[in-house]
Amino acid sequence: MTESKKKNEILYFALRNNKLKLGVAVLFVFVVLTLIGPLLTDYAPYDYVGPPYHPPSAEYWFGTTTFGQDVFTQFILGLKATFMVGIIGGGLATLIGVVVGFTAGYRGGVVDEVLNMLTNIVLVIPTLAMLLIIAAYLTVRGVLAESVFIGCTAWPWAARAIRAQTFSLRSRDFVDLARLSGMRSWKIILSQIAPNMMSYLLLVFILQFGGAILTAATLDFIGLGPTNAVSLGLMMNNAVLWGALLLGMWWWFVPPGVAIMAIVGALYVTNVGLDEVFNPKLREM
Amino acid sequence: MKRYFGRKVLIYFLTFFLAVTIDWMIPRFMPGNPIQTMLSRAQLHAGAYERIYDYYAGLFGLDLPAWQQYLNFWKALFHGDLGISVLLFPTPVTKVIMNALPYDLFLLVPAILLSWFAGNWFGAFAARSKWLDNTISPLGYILTATPYMWLGIVLAWAFGIVLDIFPISGGYSFALRPHLSWTFIGSLLQHWFLPFASLFLVKFGGWAIGMRNMIIYELEADYAHYLEALGAPKRLVRQYAFRNAILPQLTGLALDLGIIVAGALATEIVFSYPGIGYLLLGAIQNKDYFLIQGCFLFIILGVLLANFIIDIAYVLVDPRTRTGMMGEAS
Repeated sequence: MTESKKKNEILYFALRNNKLKLGVAVLFVFVVLTLIGPLLTDYAPYDYVGPPYHPPSAEYWFGTTTFGQDVFTQFILGLKATFMVGIIGGGLATLIGVVVGFTAGYRGGVVDEVLNMLTNIVLVIPTLAMLLIIAAYLTVRGVLAESVFIGCTAWPWAARAIRAQTFSLRSRDFVDLARLSGMRSWKIILSQIAPNMMSYLLLVFILQFGGAILTAATLDFIGLGPTNAVSLGLMMNNAVLWGALLLGMWWWFVPPGVAIMAIVGALYVTNVGLDEVFNPKLREM
Repeated sequence: MKRYFGRKVLIYFLTFFLAVTIDWMIPRFMPGNPIQTMLSRAQLHAGAYERIYDYYAGLFGLDLPAWQQYLNFWKALFHGDLGISVLLFPTPVTKVIMNALPYDLFLLVPAILLSWFAGNWFGAFAARSKWLDNTISPLGYILTATPYMWLGIVLAWAFGIVLDIFPISGGYSFALRPHLSWTFIGSLLQHWFLPFASLFLVKFGGWAIGMRNMIIYELEADYAHYLEALGAPKRLVRQYAFRNAILPQLTGLALDLGIIVAGALATEIVFSYPGIGYLLLGAIQNKDYFLIQGCFLFIILGVLLANFIIDIAYVLVDPRTRTGMMGEAS
């Protein structure tokens, strides 16, 4: 009874929240574009299909590159890579953050000290500089490997935030009660602590999702992205490399940037919207 | 306070140690061999190849056991010896980086500080009025979601090509030689403006949004309601909220340094701005391993130093760290 009432309440506020609606709508458009996009184009991303330097037209929606490649095709496939990096990289970072955060926060003591130290160290190291060096030494790179790298370096702030939350939940009465009844630690974490933080974990995942996309774009732009795929950052890299700026070929570098901006911006706005929905204190703003 | 700094310094030392170790390990355990890459460019006779290979392996100390190579790496590091750049042969890496460093400081320090102050300032105002909130907040979300280098590309295109106001590449005009004169300083500033603007704008959005959200949280806190109930003027309540909200923003600045540095690397590449980022790209493209290692070390040192400065600032701003009430403060 109370459970369903609470769900209805969240739904009620969710449907009234403009930020949430806007963010989800923008994301939905891009997801649909990614899914049906391949049906709208008959070209391969790196094939020379048309005249070079061609501005957007009915035939080539986003124009062509210096070599006559179809920008729209690259854009659609780039979107796919972007979402993949977001889901895998952001998901992995959240997962590591959750494991480290729960363990450190619930166990406390020496385990906490050690994990905390590790978190702080990884937090201080400029991860992109490290990714750069690793990427520089690998000759063949894929989107998946890139996502895993990003996931393995982006987790510290999530771990720290989750640790702090777990810490405050650990000493609550219902957790003590579960402990007294002889429940195992991991079961207490899963059944007593985690459900109380679900909304928080969702917010962490959304932020990690956006962060992974931006990191990947930077890495790709520097020319250390996937060597065997298309991505939005790689498009920007090629555009700058082959003189799109001097030739005034705005259609080559504007779409990928706008897409990243829109997707990441929509994620951030969704995040704030969800925060307002979950947190009763912020609702009447 | 002693405990607070003690922990911090310990972490920085461990980080530095780990970073140097990673820096040493990556080239040695990654696929590919620097000497092979170097020699593959010179077309050598099979017998000569082996001789020269051995010569270089001995020269770089790569024929020693791993632990000894590691110790030697540290020893050389403390002598300020980071090897010799292949890209700019025969300049030592330390000198190459020292030449690039001023450009980085000149770009990063103003961009970080100004965006932080301006962002917090505008963010606090945005939480205050509906009208400002409806303009600054959406703008902030758009800016903070923009990849640095893309903003750089768009600015370069708009102001450099279409309007032709600013130059789009280099640290100063190629017609000039570095010397102390107003023409040269003017040229420096002209080349500096667009990279600075792209870093500043993205970060400005992030801080403004962060501050706005923080203030709204703080205004819902018990102390704020209590002050209101006592009849305190709205201005005073806002002031208290601002002082509390600035602390997480300061922590945020420390957490964000790595990302800002990454942004600066990409921005320098867009504008061919002769800082460490641009240098690093050249080093990677030319497989100049010593230079890559050196750049990484300097970036780490810079970030650690900046973190330490922020820690000091935190103690100055938050009295609780001084009395030891928050030994574990972040």
